[in-house]
Amino acid sequence: MSRVSAALANAWQDRRRFILSWFALPMSLVVALLLGAVMMLALGANPITGYNALIVGAFDGSYALGATAVQAAPLLLVAVGICVAFRANMFNIGGEGQLAMGGVASAATALALPNLPSIVLIPVVLLAGAAGGAVWGAIPGAFKAYLNVNEILSTIMLNLVAVQIVNWLLAGPMVDKTQNSTYGLIPETRLLPKASWLPILIANTQLHLGVLIAVFVAVGVWVLLYKTSFGFRIQAVGLSRDASKYAGMPVKRTMTLAMTISGAMCGIGGALLVFGSISHRMVTDGSLTGFTGSDGFNGIVVALFGALNPIWSIISAFLFGGLIVGGDALQVATGVPADMVTALEGLVVVFVVSLEYMRRRSRATSLAPQNKSKDLPQGPATTVPAAAPFVGAQEPNEP
Amino acid sequence: MSHFFTYTILTATVATALGLAAPFLLAALGETVGQRSGVINLGVDGIMLLSAFGTYFTALRTGNLLYAILAGMGVGAVMGVVTAFISVTLKAEQGISGIGIYLFGLGFSDLLFIKYVGTPLPISTLNPINIPILDRIPAVGGMLFKQTILVYVAFLLVPVVTFLLNRTTFGMKIRAAGENPAAADSVGVNVKRIRWEAVLIGCVLAGLAGAALLMFDGIFQENLTQSEGFIAVALVYFGAWRPTGVMGGSLLYGLAIAVVLEWKSLGIIPLSASDLWATAPAVITILALLTVARRFRQPAALGKPYERGG
Repeated sequence: MSRVSAALANAWQDRRRFILSWFALPMSLVVALLLGAVMMLALGANPITGYNALIVGAFDGSYALGATAVQAAPLLLVAVGICVAFRANMFNIGGEGQLAMGGVASAATALALPNLPSIVLIPVVLLAGAAGGAVWGAIPGAFKAYLNVNEILSTIMLNLVAVQIVNWLLAGPMVDKTQNSTYGLIPETRLLPKASWLPILIANTQLHLGVLIAVFVAVGVWVLLYKTSFGFRIQAVGLSRDASKYAGMPVKRTMTLAMTISGAMCGIGGALLVFGSISHRMVTDGSLTGFTGSDGFNGIVVALFGALNPIWSIISAFLFGGLIVGGDALQVATGVPADMVTALEGLVVVFVVSLEYMRRRSRATSLAPQNKSKDLPQGPATTVPAAAPFVGAQEPNEP
Repeated sequence: MSHFFTYTILTATVATALGLAAPFLLAALGETVGQRSGVINLGVDGIMLLSAFGTYFTALRTGNLLYAILAGMGVGAVMGVVTAFISVTLKAEQGISGIGIYLFGLGFSDLLFIKYVGTPLPISTLNPINIPILDRIPAVGGMLFKQTILVYVAFLLVPVVTFLLNRTTFGMKIRAAGENPAAADSVGVNVKRIRWEAVLIGCVLAGLAGAALLMFDGIFQENLTQSEGFIAVALVYFGAWRPTGVMGGSLLYGLAIAVVLEWKSLGIIPLSASDLWATAPAVITILALLTVARRFRQPAALGKPYERGG
């Protein structure tokens, strides 16, 4: 009898673990959306109308799907960048600044090279964007690796620096001087050379080349992370700096490079924002979100929901791109401001990290007899790796 | 004449700096208490946004500034319960869950603003209180002693928090929970409870910071804080987890912003270069993180959830 109940308890444990492993992420989105429905009810709107409008606005028809994909492309690149940094046990929340620096570097390059053909100019401006973002990622990376400066704080500070640099460039050296306005110049660049515009792939939609590039980059980074020795090194450093050092890996250089790549991904995202824009100029309203649309933060949500894996992030980016695009339709249909989507994203993040603890604990208990090392990530990496990314000013591995 | 002019500018700049520093100081003091207990709260910015809206809305509807400030603190307390539940009870990854709280605060505060207020109306804010006698001191009086109540409260909290952390049993328990939770647990300190309380104190102060920011600006808008909450977290590192150090950082930040703000409008800093000048506080903070802050040790258990027997 007791054997039966033990077996039953075991089966329940297994099922609980299975559910937490594979459904933690979808559940967190569903629960967030349910809370969103409660919010809509509280605001006097019909949640069914609201979500219906959101889904239609985001996914119904080629135009909506194109808009969603275009919204998703920079999100995906930011998310991929966060995946790389995270695998090296660093948390890059400098996406906003890296997007902006990538955008401004690519715009400056395009303005400096007006006569190149498209086939040359587009790769060049994308690389310029990557370089701009890479610099903005390398700085906190090197600070972290060599001087042990908390990367969360340094990336946030660099976001604040980036916004002012962009403001200064767009109002000063890069401003469009040809505009005639009586109230001073609008801080925006000249119309970018036509050859640098990202070509539209399907007529009558916004779907541009950038979407393909983003997916391509995501796959490339997946290969880099999981199929190359460099990727192995990044993950080894992320799991244990001491062990990697002992194994003879260049730990500090690897950390710096991981953040540089992370920044470069965001930089390409910034270039997509510039050359995929409808106005084909780079414009600032004095705040960072004016240019990035908070993609640097939204990308964190995408990466977490994509299980910090570049391939899963493709789906995740499309989903959250849809939420953002559909948010406007929701506002039109129900009068509930589109900001609700940002609030829901925050809830998704909170749920994902909260469920992660439950998942880890259920693993630890069910695996305890066979495997004592409960801190190592085991099984499908559906959510946040067990290794803590937040490490402060000290070496984390002190005795 | 020009001598008098410089004098006025300096007085005005320092006075503004104190007003600007108060929200940073309040939020950073709260964060200090939380971090000394071992919990990093990265959601401060979101909490400040929500409490600033709570303050604004209450002031708009009731016209009573005391109620408004209490509402801001109340919002901070509610978010404190949420934060403590996530970071202490559920032991979630604090760096990431804080970003979740931030995004929630960013979205939800603007949602409520658009839905319930729509067109931004300024509110009447706190009047400066002149401290008798002291406000007559030449120069210093005008700089320091003609501030609003929240500014005085912010600076008075510096010795209070110092005393709390260093001279009371409660403060000792907080520090024990942040340095060595297992040892604290073994001598009967309820680590979970202490951390809950520290986080709650921190979030109420973050709420007060949101109220102070709103009172300084007199109006709410989307993303009112412009990352001030994140800066407050950085200031805790800047101040090496000590209230006085945090105050120094807040003053420096307030002064740097005030200089840009006041001198730009006076034409001392050319308008074209003012954007670059505005990077100064962030650059100073980065430099501080590179140099000063590295000499001090952070609470050993910072950011690590405590697991009994683990």
